[in-house]
Amino acid sequence: MVIRDVYLDHNATTPLHPAVVRTLTESMACFGNPSSMHAFGREAHALVEQARETVASFIGALPEEIIFVGSGSEGNNTVLSTLGCQSQHCSCDRDHKSHMVTSAIEHPCILETSKCLQNRGFRATRLGVDRYGKIDLDELRASITEDTGVVSVMMANNEIGTVQDIAGISRIVHEKGSLFHTDAVQAFGKIPINVNDLGIDFLTVSAHKVYGPKGVGALYARRSVPFCPFIHGGHQERGRRAGTENTLGIVGFGKAVEMRALEMADEHARLTRLKLALRQGIEERIPDVFFNGHPTDSLAGTLNVSFAGAEGESILLYLDLEGIAVSTGSACASGSLDPSHVLLATGIPVEHAHGSIRMSLGRGNTLEDVEYVLEKLPPIIAKIREMSTVYKRR
Amino acid sequence: MGAHQSWAYTENVKDHFMNPRNVLKDDAYEEDGRGLVGNVQCGDEMLVLIKVDPATDTITECKWRTYGCASAIASTSVMSELVTGMPLDEAFKVGPKQIAGALGQLPDHKIHCSVLGDKALRAAINDYYTRKGRPDKVIREEARIICKCMNVTDHEVEEAVLEGARTLLELQEKTKMSTVCGKCKDEAETLLKVYLKKHFG
Repeated sequence: MVIRDVYLDHNATTPLHPAVVRTLTESMACFGNPSSMHAFGREAHALVEQARETVASFIGALPEEIIFVGSGSEGNNTVLSTLGCQSQHCSCDRDHKSHMVTSAIEHPCILETSKCLQNRGFRATRLGVDRYGKIDLDELRASITEDTGVVSVMMANNEIGTVQDIAGISRIVHEKGSLFHTDAVQAFGKIPINVNDLGIDFLTVSAHKVYGPKGVGALYARRSVPFCPFIHGGHQERGRRAGTENTLGIVGFGKAVEMRALEMADEHARLTRLKLALRQGIEERIPDVFFNGHPTDSLAGTLNVSFAGAEGESILLYLDLEGIAVSTGSACASGSLDPSHVLLATGIPVEHAHGSIRMSLGRGNTLEDVEYVLEKLPPIIAKIREMSTVYKRR
Repeated sequence: MGAHQSWAYTENVKDHFMNPRNVLKDDAYEEDGRGLVGNVQCGDEMLVLIKVDPATDTITECKWRTYGCASAIASTSVMSELVTGMPLDEAFKVGPKQIAGALGQLPDHKIHCSVLGDKALRAAINDYYTRKGRPDKVIREEARIICKCMNVTDHEVEEAVLEGARTLLELQEKTKMSTVCGKCKDEAETLLKVYLKKHFG
């Protein structure tokens, strides 16, 4: 078979949707500053506001509750930093609480920010997860005190795809009198989200995970909750995020979300079938494999699997030579010496974390792609195991 | 698009990764010396088996298996070629720098992947001498404690350097040394320079 390019790393980033490319091309000449009062500015302003409405309506929010930001990481930092605001003069006007709750499997931009807050004297509780990556609701309830300013639990995990019981979590958070933030970067555009039905106070999303451009994201902040800007010094985004708007990025984001609204449901069904075919094929053709993440409460396109006796970076690079793009939870690929904190939190053996591969399918993938992977993967695993000290122990 | 057309490593690393030489295939292989280092929990484990011509104390065959990343596989493969035909005394001195050199180049953060190969080789050579009843030839690498508070040895300092520590601060972060009484700070700085020169100088 001829080498083909099979991109199975959609949780890392996605290609631009063709409709987004067209919209970006058409809008490229629009250079006005959305803050300017003249015609050039008004044209840009109108485009930004149109995108805001599209994003807002996709999650059941009001347009003024959407703040465009530079990335998912910025959105997440913004929410947690509100907790850290000590200013008596800030418009966030919050009762200065000093505790936050999050989970052990969050993205580093949440975990590292929570550690940074701890270094500044705040307290942070990081909830553990079960073997499927779910937090325990009783443990959550017990962790929240009167001093808890915010609870941040991701909607769907980037590595294993596990989807949390967001409605259940937000109910508990509100019963205990705190605010609820969810990092929905991976869930957004893949599963339906309504911020009111789910009881969400803050929600973070990113454009490049949903076939939009990089360098733009959005933060949903419920109108009635205190908010503190992360970047000060401008009236943009109603004073909640200073800096001239990334007009083109925002326009592309709006178009990407518009396309998600049209394609999400069909794609969910299609990716569910493809993932099942991939999973079954791997199970049939390769012995000693272990699937990570929740068997049912999982993103349709995310499959995380560990191969006994084979190291992840080797698998990734052999697949790369065949044109197949995946990612791994192994330490070697991360540049650190520790394997994925998410996989370790689920309690799987460390060697399974080192030998894990994440395949994340998306709108461009076909059954032919899956068949190609199922043809190439078994001999690669066999080759690695043949030279492994572990698989055929002397 | 065409990711397979470019490669983060040199062509030589890629070649050894794709076509590893001297991989141990035969479970019943009868070696003269055996070394196993690392462990799977850390993500790297290497087994090196050597056959030796007793008349000349020269390695005639070097077989291996490894659990590890592309750099680990390529390093062990190239090392097995490098030391075949080499006198034991010379082979004992083969280090990461020489292996990385034979590969062309390894990215800095991957140098530590090549360390286990030569460690396993030295263990195999020591094993050979032990089996032959020549304990006088066995060279043990005794670790020396540098930081008494945190119980950190010179070997750990060397490993931290190979894993990317370039400053005292980074060394402290990785090993926790010199973070309590601080008496070993000068020695830590000296060792840092020595190992940086040894591996990257």
